Amino acid sequence: MSNVFQLVWLIPVLPLLGFIINGLFRKKVSKTMAGVIGSGTVLASFIISIFVFLSVKEGNIHVAHYFDFINIASLKIGFDFQVDQLTTVFLLIITGVGFLIHVYSTAYMHDEDPKDFAKYFAYLNLFVFSMLLLVMGANYVIMFMGWEGVGLCSYLLIGFWFKNNDFNSAAKKAFVMNRIGDFGFLLAVFWLVFKIGSVDYNHVFNVVAVAKTNPLTTFDITGITLLLFVGAMGKSAQIPLYTWLPDAMAGPTPVSALIHAATMVTAGIYMIARSNILYTMAPVSQCVVAIIGLATAIFAATIALKQNDIKKVLAYSTVSQLGYMFLGLGVGAYTGAVFHVMTHAFFKALLFLGAGSVIHAMSGEQDLRNMGGLKKYMSITHITFLLACLAIAGMPPFSGFFSKDEILAAAFSKSPLLWGVGVAGAIMTAFYMFRLYAMTFLGKFRGTTEQQHHLHESPKAITIPLIILAILSVIGGWIGIPEVFMHGGHRLEEFLSPVFAQSNAITEKHVISHSTEYVLMGTSVVLALIALLYAWNRFSKYQKTAKEETGLGKVLENKWYVDELYDAIIVKPLMSVAKYLNNVFEKKGIDGFVNGVGKAVNYGSRQIRLLQSGQVGAYILMMVLGILAFFIIQLFI
Amino acid sequence: MEIKWYIGLAVALFCTGIVGVLVRRNAIIIFMCIELMLNAVNLLLVAFSKMHATSAVGMADPSIVSNAQIFVFFIMVVAAAEVSVGLAIIVLLYRNTRSVDVNFLNRLKN
Repeated sequence: MSNVFQLVWLIPVLPLLGFIINGLFRKKVSKTMAGVIGSGTVLASFIISIFVFLSVKEGNIHVAHYFDFINIASLKIGFDFQVDQLTTVFLLIITGVGFLIHVYSTAYMHDEDPKDFAKYFAYLNLFVFSMLLLVMGANYVIMFMGWEGVGLCSYLLIGFWFKNNDFNSAAKKAFVMNRIGDFGFLLAVFWLVFKIGSVDYNHVFNVVAVAKTNPLTTFDITGITLLLFVGAMGKSAQIPLYTWLPDAMAGPTPVSALIHAATMVTAGIYMIARSNILYTMAPVSQCVVAIIGLATAIFAATIALKQNDIKKVLAYSTVSQLGYMFLGLGVGAYTGAVFHVMTHAFFKALLFLGAGSVIHAMSGEQDLRNMGGLKKYMSITHITFLLACLAIAGMPPFSGFFSKDEILAAAFSKSPLLWGVGVAGAIMTAFYMFRLYAMTFLGKFRGTTEQQHHLHESPKAITIPLIILAILSVIGGWIGIPEVFMHGGHRLEEFLSPVFAQSNAITEKHVISHSTEYVLMGTSVVLALIALLYAWNRFSKYQKTAKEETGLGKVLENKWYVDELYDAIIVKPLMSVAKYLNNVFEKKGIDGFVNGVGKAVNYGSRQIRLLQSGQVGAYILMMVLGILAFFIIQLFI
Repeated sequence: MEIKWYIGLAVALFCTGIVGVLVRRNAIIIFMCIELMLNAVNLLLVAFSKMHATSAVGMADPSIVSNAQIFVFFIMVVAAAEVSVGLAIIVLLYRNTRSVDVNFLNRLKN
């Protein structure tokens, strides 16, 4: 089956074709056509990815060179695709979950008129194309192209309903914060080129792994990895560049599911997992990654405790779970982090799609305080949502348990403090997720009668993806069963081991005994279960009150006032600098200069015009003077 | 006679001609001054030619003596042609503006 690698270029190209067709002909395609083209291309990519996966499982990896992209002096950057185990995992996630979300979107966006509908699918396909480029690139430059592309599509899709100014601001915010991260990424790439002379993964990693050939000092590696992490901070919403993600909920819900849950935000994790050897050689950076990841996990979890918008809770939950993934990367549990990416894609996409289904049924209402008791109106959504909540809370035997536990165990082996804070975050996760669940589906309906009449289960195109994702959330963890339960059960680790082999050869193994691991698992599960039950109990009896939040609750509800802080520290000074530059420099300086030149020319020409008096005598005089001057110059100079 | 007298006379005539061209208003007088300048130049050329003839007997190229004198004839022919054209223009100018005053020419700009 190794000839399937000849078709590997089709995987990103098909969605690109979908983008071009839906984009150029958006005024002419009907809604069904647009939906079919959009979803069909992603489905085709998914099928090819499956074949690629089967081939890679047998041990074939492949680097395909297409053409020379940049070829200057000694710097050669080719347009290469690399297909190995890590890529395959991400390919399956992106195309699989992406396909389900495309199908969901055909029903969710059916109220739009045909050309906006086609535009939406065009953007979605462009996004899938960029994301595939990102994971399939064989060097940092191709990855960066995909990196930029997903940032752009995020902007386009968040601001999809562009007639609303608030949504546009949210889109701009996302793009600008992404850009700040991109700057760090670019600096890291330049540094790599400067020191090693190449950005190709195989070249860089092989050169760095062997101490003899390694031209990078520890300072270099730490610097490069920290700058790469700045890029990941922007793309994957870590502190301090995370505030764009909750605001990004302004976009349509399937967009939030695809971009901000399953794929774009995981680009940072992919990048660090891919560069694992660089990070293993820079323990300082690993420490930074772990601490920022953990801090983000806790911080976002605290904010989610008090949010009242269904999508905002899920957004902060995403930021928090991403923090867990970075924690995993920071303590060296690369497989655990990638595993969590996979399970998170399943249950988070499911949660967002379920939320979309709820919002759809509630005629656009997103406030939790106006929902309640929906379980008797929307049973499929209810059951799938419950399964997803159980998965994210880390209850065995759902998928979230296995991946989160692997990360926490690795954190414990680095430092029990990391584990402790991580468990605190897990408890909060269980709490706010079940608060969300109970306020939405249990208790009595708190909305208007108008909304109550409209409540209904969503159509098949919405519920079938929900069911598929629910099944995956349940069984998805079973490919990563840890040693304590079943010897050799961690299929994913086996599969991914060639990718992380260089790192694993260098790190010293901290093995924790089976009994310790049982205790750790048990503690975290029991504590999370207690939080879950408490939240279930308390919020199923939730009554809407007009009481304002006070004290810590108010701070949490206002997101620790971080946005206001950024506004005061960064936005206002920048705006005032911009105003100054505009008024003084631009209007008086540059405009003055340009207008001044015009005025000077005007004045000069008026004076020179006077020479043309029409008097012959004056002309002859000038001729004579000229000849005289000429002679004098000739004779005396 | 020494050459310096001839040069002095020619320069004096030339300067008179220039000043006349610049100062006088009557177009015909201006033409006369132009002729004066041309004749001054002719005088200078002939004087130099004679100087070379007397001081350099038996030179390599005997025709050098008569080159300047032939040039004078050229100048005279050109002057004649130019005067005829110029006078024709003055006649037309007179017909249009009824005067030969050069300063009136700026009426042509309207």
